[in-house]
Amino acid sequence: MAIEAKEVEAIAHLARIQVDDGAVAGYARDLSGILDFVEQMSTVDTQGVEPMAHPWDAAQRLRPDEVTEPSRRDHYQAGVPAVEAGLYLVPRVVE
Amino acid sequence: MHQKSVAEISAALHAGETSSRELTDALLARIEQLEPRLNSLITVTAEQARAAADAADERLRAGEAGPLTGVPLVHKDIFCTDGVATTCGSRMLEPFRAPYDATVVRRLADAGAVMLGKANMDEFAMGSSNETSYFGPVRNPWDLEAVPGGSSGGAAAAVAARLAPAATGTDTGGSIRQPAALSGVCGLKPTYGRVSRYGMVAFASSLDQAGPLARTAEDLALLLGGMAGLDERDSTSVDHVVPDYSEALNRSIKGLRVGVPAEFFGEGLDADVRSRVNAALEVLEGEGAELVEVSLPSMELALPAYYVIAPAEASSNLARFDGVRFGYRCAEPQSIEDLYKRSRGEGFGDEVKRRILVGTYALSAGYYDAYYGKAQQVRRLVADDFRNALEEVDVLAGPTSPTPAFDLGERADDPVQMYLSDIYTLGVNLAGLPGLSVPAGFARGRPVGLQLIGGYFDEARLLNVAHKYQQLTDWHRQVPQGFE
Repeated sequence: MAIEAKEVEAIAHLARIQVDDGAVAGYARDLSGILDFVEQMSTVDTQGVEPMAHPWDAAQRLRPDEVTEPSRRDHYQAGVPAVEAGLYLVPRVVE
Repeated sequence: MHQKSVAEISAALHAGETSSRELTDALLARIEQLEPRLNSLITVTAEQARAAADAADERLRAGEAGPLTGVPLVHKDIFCTDGVATTCGSRMLEPFRAPYDATVVRRLADAGAVMLGKANMDEFAMGSSNETSYFGPVRNPWDLEAVPGGSSGGAAAAVAARLAPAATGTDTGGSIRQPAALSGVCGLKPTYGRVSRYGMVAFASSLDQAGPLARTAEDLALLLGGMAGLDERDSTSVDHVVPDYSEALNRSIKGLRVGVPAEFFGEGLDADVRSRVNAALEVLEGEGAELVEVSLPSMELALPAYYVIAPAEASSNLARFDGVRFGYRCAEPQSIEDLYKRSRGEGFGDEVKRRILVGTYALSAGYYDAYYGKAQQVRRLVADDFRNALEEVDVLAGPTSPTPAFDLGERADDPVQMYLSDIYTLGVNLAGLPGLSVPAGFARGRPVGLQLIGGYFDEARLLNVAHKYQQLTDWHRQVPQGFE
């Protein structure tokens, strides 16, 4: 499965990762190699095999819908890139 | 004192022959002297360690101490530690100070263990050589030109070099067992759900599991006892009784049925590793265990399935690192998209980006069934193989890794070659089973590990077999040159 440079750029956009122009060819080569390798899976017939998402095919454990944690916002926001009045600051998203 | 095991240290502390403070000071001095050769620790928490040691000595004097009280250890830098840098080996988390403790960290601290520092690791636990760390590679104490394995490479190297008697690690595809094998120490990946994942930076949530590294199986038993158990904060932790893992260590293994999977001894297994592992199996046989050939026919598909499932889960888990709420943010973002893309592009290293891209591709529209869906079906076949084999035998045994430690840089340019190092370990994660690696000698001067795999929640039996093996061998008592 050969991955073209254009596909790398499309996937990188989906993943919101900046990939420098000079690095695209390298990722295209590596991704092609990895996808070729995982292609081995197609040699086995898995018709009717139930997909396994998790070691325990059990339902998620639930707890009562009660507040159990105190508010520690200031503590959690210490060391955050940019915060003001308890809010995370980012570039303008609405023009 | 630095040569002593956790069990020996614990006995010495309880007998009043030494204090935790004395031991902690000695190990901190040793770290200062020897650590520059290895780069096994990202952060040394000397001040906190001394305070924790003093508190432990107080508990010992008051007669309120348990087996881990006053015992020094290091935590893999994937575990959140309140107020202490938790980098996960990444530039992305270099500025991050965790605002809370992981459950593993909390439980061991409550038991009185003393954290000496945070161990180096592959970035976000993605790697098999510790070379993907933003903080530089770790060197193998047995041969400074060799890698220590990964991703818990710093933890394994620190324990092998006698900088600490024990460490915590995490294992998503072999990240405890493979570095334990390559660095000549013991490592245990417990059953999925045995140990809480709360506060452990997530890589692949259906595979990740925390466990201990130490020089003896006896020590792994003590540490697992301190780590395991239900945690309300991890909905995948399992409500299953935590036995006294030390109790069964000395049980006879006469009549134990040891399955030897043919697929673990095929093409790709280094000849010297093969002969060391065969010799180890003969030791078990000499103790009365019965070797039984078994087959895991889907095993060769475990690696490709893993390299779809783990990157897919990672691409989702690592979406949280967006430059907004914690960690690295790029300079002068021009728009929200620019903020996301450059923060992630600059904050993540190559291997992490590679895996996020593979995972994103595998989950993208039109490819989901061919990759992710298919991989989950193969995962079922792999898990069924183990289940079937473990109906015939009590444990499985084979090599932990197909080769001894490779040279630094040797596989750095070829991701698929690097992935092969985990070929015997990652099927165990797909199935969710416990696995243990115990030192079984040397191949061309570099350590070899024997891997033991058990049924769900059968950690006590793995520890029993490994302990018996260590009583009959002295590989774990050998010390790397320069670290005596």
